Amino acid sequence: MATAFDPFDALFQFQQALDSFRTSGWLGAGPSASGGYPPINIFRKGDDVVAIAEVPGISKSDLEIQVIGKTVRIAGRKAVEYGQASLHRRERLTGNFDRAFTLPFEVDADHVKAECRDGMLALYLSRAERDKPKSIAIS
Amino acid sequence: MAKSQDLEVQEKKELVSKDEKTAPARYYMPPTDIFETENALTVVMELPGVEKQAINVNVENDVLRVDARIDFGKYEGLDPLYTEYSVGHFARSFTLSNKIDQEQISAQLNDGVLTLSLKKVKEALPRQIAVH
Repeated sequence: MATAFDPFDALFQFQQALDSFRTSGWLGAGPSASGGYPPINIFRKGDDVVAIAEVPGISKSDLEIQVIGKTVRIAGRKAVEYGQASLHRRERLTGNFDRAFTLPFEVDADHVKAECRDGMLALYLSRAERDKPKSIAIS
Repeated sequence: MAKSQDLEVQEKKELVSKDEKTAPARYYMPPTDIFETENALTVVMELPGVEKQAINVNVENDVLRVDARIDFGKYEGLDPLYTEYSVGHFARSFTLSNKIDQEQISAQLNDGVLTLSLKKVKEALPRQIAVH
């Protein structure tokens, strides 16, 4: 998937691939494993996992990210302020959010990289050293 | 933290448009707020994942049209494991009720939110009539 980049088909194929992993059981049952804000897509990148959330209108300073063991927490608030104006259309939602999801492996909390750009939050999560499989030499 | 409203997930709406695209990929409708002040109309649109050079805004025949493309090349080498939302370009158009000065449309992109300020043309501004 996502290797041959035919500009006409590639996006459609990617969308179909995303659809087929909708509500896959990968995250497992957790306290707030699925649903909840922000919506998250999880990808595998080599040995690591990348969690990408859509957080338009939320600045870095309004986001709080914590990692403990297998669990990642994303919390924050989204506010919209327009002052005195006559409102014609109101579709953007606002409020507080606090979401935790549990991965099937222990995360190396010291090496989590978080990027927030253009309303997308990306968390690069790698497996903790002590959770990695060990090769056993046969004597 | 004081208990206030909890933020809910807004399911992305697929764009239903009269003019179909030639490519089969799905477009989405960005959630939009519109408000009006005395001399301008402001349109605020959520376009997560869109870079500013990939946004096209135009006003033609009183229709404001925004076309925003995501760079999904960024997803190259990533295999989905679990997904909750789809990814696609955004497009939306609005028929404007006020006359807009096309030369004075300003646009700003912050944290994936596009703010368009559309100045009204002079004839459309409210006029104060003095009574003598």
